[in-house]
Amino acid sequence: MGRFAIRRIAQGLIVILGVTVVVFVVTRLVGDPVDVLLPLEATEEQRAEFERLLGFDRPIPVQFADYLGDVARGDFGESIWQQRPAMEIVFEHLPRTFQLVFPAMALMVVLAVPLGVLAALRPGRLSDRVTVVLSIAGLSIPQFWLGLLLIIVFAVELQWLPPLGFGSFRNLILPMVTLALPAVGRLAMIVRSSMIDELNQQYVKMATAKGLPYSRVVAVHALRNAGIPALTLTGWETIRALAGYSVIVETVFQWPGLGFLAIQSIERQDLILLQAIVFVVAVMVVLINVLVDILYKAIDPRIQLA
Amino acid sequence: MSDPAGSLLEVEDLDVRFFTRRGTAHAIRGVSMRIDRGETLGLVGESGSGKSVTSLAIMGLIKLPGKITGGDVRWKGTSLLGDSGERSLRKIRGKEMAMVFQDPMTSLNPLFTIGTQIGEVLKHHMGMRKQEARERTVELLELVGISSPEKRVDQYPHEFSGGMRQRMLIAMALACEPELLIADEPTTALDVTIQAQILELLADLQQRLRIAVLLISHDLGVVAQVCHRISVMYAGHIVESGAAEDVFERPGHPYTRGLLASTPRLDQVGSRLTGIDGSPPDLVNPPSGCPFHPRCSLVVDRCSEEMPPLEEHEPGREVACWRAFVGSVGEAAGAGALGG
Amino acid sequence: MAKNVTDEETRAERREELIRGRPYEILRALRSALREIVSDRVGLFGVGVVGALVILAIFAPLIAPKDPAAQDLTDALKPPFWYADGDFANALGTDSLGRDILSRMIYGTRITILVGVSVVAVSGAFGTVMGLIAGYKGGRTDSIIMRVVDTQVAFPGLLLALVILAVIQPSATTVIVVLALNGWMVYARMTRGVVLSVRETPYVDAAEIVGCKPKRIIFRHILPNLTSPLLTLAVLEFARIILAESALSFLGLGIQPPQVSWGLMIAQGKDYLFSAWWLVTFPGVAISLTVLGVNLLASWLRVVADPQEREKRFAQSSTHQTGAGTGT
Repeated sequence: MGRFAIRRIAQGLIVILGVTVVVFVVTRLVGDPVDVLLPLEATEEQRAEFERLLGFDRPIPVQFADYLGDVARGDFGESIWQQRPAMEIVFEHLPRTFQLVFPAMALMVVLAVPLGVLAALRPGRLSDRVTVVLSIAGLSIPQFWLGLLLIIVFAVELQWLPPLGFGSFRNLILPMVTLALPAVGRLAMIVRSSMIDELNQQYVKMATAKGLPYSRVVAVHALRNAGIPALTLTGWETIRALAGYSVIVETVFQWPGLGFLAIQSIERQDLILLQAIVFVVAVMVVLINVLVDILYKAIDPRIQLA
Repeated sequence: MSDPAGSLLEVEDLDVRFFTRRGTAHAIRGVSMRIDRGETLGLVGESGSGKSVTSLAIMGLIKLPGKITGGDVRWKGTSLLGDSGERSLRKIRGKEMAMVFQDPMTSLNPLFTIGTQIGEVLKHHMGMRKQEARERTVELLELVGISSPEKRVDQYPHEFSGGMRQRMLIAMALACEPELLIADEPTTALDVTIQAQILELLADLQQRLRIAVLLISHDLGVVAQVCHRISVMYAGHIVESGAAEDVFERPGHPYTRGLLASTPRLDQVGSRLTGIDGSPPDLVNPPSGCPFHPRCSLVVDRCSEEMPPLEEHEPGREVACWRAFVGSVGEAAGAGALGG
Repeated sequence: MAKNVTDEETRAERREELIRGRPYEILRALRSALREIVSDRVGLFGVGVVGALVILAIFAPLIAPKDPAAQDLTDALKPPFWYADGDFANALGTDSLGRDILSRMIYGTRITILVGVSVVAVSGAFGTVMGLIAGYKGGRTDSIIMRVVDTQVAFPGLLLALVILAVIQPSATTVIVVLALNGWMVYARMTRGVVLSVRETPYVDAAEIVGCKPKRIIFRHILPNLTSPLLTLAVLEFARIILAESALSFLGLGIQPPQVSWGLMIAQGKDYLFSAWWLVTFPGVAISLTVLGVNLLASWLRVVADPQEREKRFAQSSTHQTGAGTGT
């Protein structure tokens, strides 16, 4: 187990390193960050001065080495916008994103798994159709639009729930559902198709031939095997939610999480803050992948660790 | 002579069809058989003859696109078809009637230990508790010849060889002391040396525990070792049936003769391999009348017009042929040099 | 819908095939594809949607009732025609600057197609070439390429896109570049998979032994196997890109005014959620229907190309049975 963990962590570090390199490259070489950071009217002297201040006049490799050193120490610099350590700001917003994403993922699993299983057991019936429709809808409907529609229906017309903001559980419902719903369709489809595959397997025939009750054959034998692809997708969806969709959903609902912060930092062209956000997200992605791998091993004894 | 009142399993006029895009394949037509307590029946035929489908139909394991479209299957007199039959079937499966499949690897769930998989049968049918089930599992593993069973109980299927897995399947089938064991090609997926071991095991168990066995195989040699009686299938029909020794010595149906003649023999070194001309029929569009007639050397006009019924041409010997037993013993029907 | 092919028909077809050879094969495939489309309403819908999209985009100036950029502040925020103060001149209402929603939606198809096709073309070409190289060369080249793919796939693209768009001024071109950068991996993986599996086959092995040049092997053996999955993939990606572009435009990081994008329209309408719901709703419907249609087209393509799938559908429809468990 130890060797496995070390290898996975090493792989994860490579990914994080890759991300930092890319971010560095993009911010330094692709655009001209100085242009971005300074107001338009800045004169030549002011630009030169600024460059010197931020160390942009030094050779690139030196800048990069410095940057890496800072990163390793956890020093991401001061946010241009708020003038305090970037990491501090990030860690303020991070828990709020968790508060949105994790309940949404839990909702997704709770809805999708029974739906997918039922759809597999009764092809052509209601649960099957609902799964297919939901998954197609989830594929086609833009998430930001879904959020806005939900706001229109539930906050404007029916006035049951507040449209925006953060604070109470009632604020959580709409963004959580918006985040979860498209994913429910995708996960349910995967559960459904893997269940159908499993139910066609020889060992399911064997279990039935052994005289086991159908409920056990499905819930124990088939489901456990179907759990592997479902786990993969759940991990993937969580990553997508944390590192992508949360940006959209938080913007729509003005939920003050990391995604919202990212957009704001772009609007204010605070690259330092943005770098810090991207780094933290990369770390989370790696952690989730490691977690998923560990869970795999718990389910499937065939998987080699080292 | 078997007593019908005491039969364990009776199959009467069974009909199974598969509905495919190309057409409807008539996998089994009018198949009838009977197995009594302690008897071993061998079901022989090529791939596509319908022998596996028969066993699946008996166990109620036919799924889409297949369907039982006629006939009856009776266990100790009670029908196993229909809704009430389904209920009876659930009680019998795994307990009074058990099955061993061809491929031991895919028949075992890779995520659970052997102990769990055998144990669940014991828990479900016999109501055993965990400890009791474990002890009994160890006993069963020993019965089928697996060494260090106490260790093996907690291992996973992928940790075993093919031969051992097959033994475990047999152990699993025997767990509740069934009265009938259906073995579908139990040795096909194994090496020849392991094959012999498994067959010995089956024969031994059959004698000791006095269970009835339905052994399905395409290999005459396998069937010859273990079975009292055999039935030969072709294109979904049973074409010959009788005591094993009898059928081997004096085959009545041209197809059976062809099968026997095409079995390579070690005591006739240098003789050419013979085969049966032609190939198995398309089950969606089978030949008219007797399905074997395009390949048969004894064919007459009637053969292509009418399907011969399975009749008792001699005591204890049923053959479905208009020209049953015609010709000498050594004459193999449709035999020609392979590739000729 | 069961279609019983009689013996006569199959015999006649086989005869024709022998006479005409390969071109006949293709024609027959097209004919059966057409038959399939019409009998399969889902596929028909997909084709219809894509067709409508193309037509609207090409003929937008002729079809749109008004100039999408024409502002008329006196007519701002007019509701759709079925409202009391709506009328047919602005059938779906107007936005805060008095611009006609329907016309803007029609012109929006142009961006949708432009971005979609460009991204698919660029990322598809690049990804396929990468996949061919990786699959064919094998060894270290393969490892390196796949490592890059895996690393990039592991990290969700939106954040990467955000970083790039933070530094570069967003525009249609940057959106295309960013989406293409994010999308090439899936083509690479698929192509590599096809190359590897085709290379395993005995006839390619034989061709290599005989001394066939790689280019010939690629064109003669690999490419034909590639066209069908590649096409399906491209269509699927097209759908995904429409969604991605609209999301970026919604966030203000995509298409910029005065160009028209459905996502941008939704962003512009967001502030009037409470008073003018039509600003947000109709462009969203456009996006959803388009993406739905394209997805259905892709799934239909996949079924048509894979004989096993068609068999499964047939079995289900002809026996009307339920339950995936044991059955009699």
